[in-house]
Amino acid sequence: MAGLVRTNRSAGGSARLSTLGFAGFSPMVWTIARAPKFGGCTMPPHDAAARGQTFWYRRHAWPVRLMHWINVLAFFVLLPSGLQIFNAHPALYWGKSSYTGRPPIVHMGARLDEQGKPVGVTRMFGHEFNTTGVLGLSSGMDGRSVQRGFPEWLTLPGQQWLAMGRRWHFFVAWVLVINGFAYMAYTLASRHLTRDLIPGRSDWRSIGRSIRDHLLLRHPRGEAARRYNVLQKLAYLSVIFVLFPLLILMGWAMSPGLDSLFAGWVDWFGGRQSARTIHFVLAWALVAFVFIHVLEVVVTGFWNNLRSMITGRYRIPADEVEHE
Amino acid sequence: MSSQENGRRRFLRRTLAAGSVLLLTGCERLSRSEWFTRILASAEKLTLGTQRLLLPRKAMAQEFTEADLSPSFRSNGTNNPDNPDYHALAANRFADYRLQIGGLVAHPRAYSLDELKALPSRTQITRHDCVEGWSAIGKWKGAQLSRVLEQVKPQPSARYVVFYCADPMDETGMRYYESIDMEDAWHAQTLLAYELNDEPLPIGNGAPIRVRVERQLGYKMAKYVMRIELVDRLDNIAGGRGGYWEDQGYEWYAGI
Repeated sequence: MAGLVRTNRSAGGSARLSTLGFAGFSPMVWTIARAPKFGGCTMPPHDAAARGQTFWYRRHAWPVRLMHWINVLAFFVLLPSGLQIFNAHPALYWGKSSYTGRPPIVHMGARLDEQGKPVGVTRMFGHEFNTTGVLGLSSGMDGRSVQRGFPEWLTLPGQQWLAMGRRWHFFVAWVLVINGFAYMAYTLASRHLTRDLIPGRSDWRSIGRSIRDHLLLRHPRGEAARRYNVLQKLAYLSVIFVLFPLLILMGWAMSPGLDSLFAGWVDWFGGRQSARTIHFVLAWALVAFVFIHVLEVVVTGFWNNLRSMITGRYRIPADEVEHE
Repeated sequence: MSSQENGRRRFLRRTLAAGSVLLLTGCERLSRSEWFTRILASAEKLTLGTQRLLLPRKAMAQEFTEADLSPSFRSNGTNNPDNPDYHALAANRFADYRLQIGGLVAHPRAYSLDELKALPSRTQITRHDCVEGWSAIGKWKGAQLSRVLEQVKPQPSARYVVFYCADPMDETGMRYYESIDMEDAWHAQTLLAYELNDEPLPIGNGAPIRVRVERQLGYKMAKYVMRIELVDRLDNIAGGRGGYWEDQGYEWYAGI
């Protein structure tokens, strides 16, 4: 089979199906959708599958891919520059101010131990932990131990430089916010949200199985691999519509300018210092999400996933399709 | 596992390692380059523009109750200016203190501490947010800067109010200074404060006069204010960025 075979079979709404077969290459099915969409393609004709073809479809539309990678960049600047800012006062409080008569809930610092050796100490809810080398006391590129919250390799810039940390953070925060608004507009206008992200009735029914599959690192194959599974949908939805907005809102709550927008709104979250603590905790929640997200990307086919987020093309081996 | 997959893993590992090293050294280098830091600094204008657009001119910073007061108000930065003239003023309980106000005003003049206290005062319990991340709540009493401006009458060309302070910041004798624009200068909560928590302002917190600009960070709120000047530009003062910390790379607009 060589050359180009195009069928005008219409399926899946506006999606048009084309079958491209090249001599020497595995034939593939490539869909061309008018509107950028994910999952808007059709299954290949069954007879094609039976011949052992590999099927490609467009998984992520270009706006989603672009915005995803902008988020990745933003994450890798906002996290270390945020830790740089945190290091200027490595303590967290609950309440309207830091000095309420109650001790901080988290505090990092250094002190001398019984032998007169400097140790890094993290105090959390009244318990003290020796965190020498990582928190409170760590050594930088030059090998000298210095007292600081997070170590040099986790902050941007590496050395203690609050002014520059703020510049990075607030510049990229704008990038994230603008990107976020663009995504909201896109996901609603393209119906990416309703079509691909909001769980349907069958999703909810499959939630138990999905949890079990995730724990066993089993992943959907064939036709099922084209759609996000229910845990994936819920994870993305909570990151996009809860975690990110709240994280940004808590950043705004720390701004003395925005605090005056209307009196007392920051108190809904316990006050400015509580907002700072929530911002910190949510940042690490996002780190946890990224960690699990990347883990899932690796276990469900790293190159296939990575390609689909770069070029948009996602591959489903024919043998998987056959067993549908 | 196929050798192809092994190669891919090795490639991936190396790419990640090289990528993170590149990213780190790249960011360090960018942090030290003139052109890139200027790009980063452009966000400040966006922040200022957006906040000014969102916030009504007269939007008030949150005010608190006595129950919220911090047990003791933290002194940060200078806690006693290393300046013999200042010590002489302090020894005499600031009886000889004169706050000079000049520049682009119709009626330049000087105020004694008593004259400032005779002006209509405002008392406010507000939260002081340090750029480092901590906050403290204190009760401030002082003359509204707007009352002073009404008396000296700024010229139409005046765009900024610059505060010159008594505290030397380094071995060259460079003294602390700060500036705000007219919008903040006329704001009801912008005070020349002389009392903290119902006591005369302590030296650690800026005696005899400290500025309160409640919708911005602590470093805008200059302590030990000796002279006020109204100007139409900041680039010809000291480092040219409108304040001691601004000249060290901090944002002039500290509403964030």
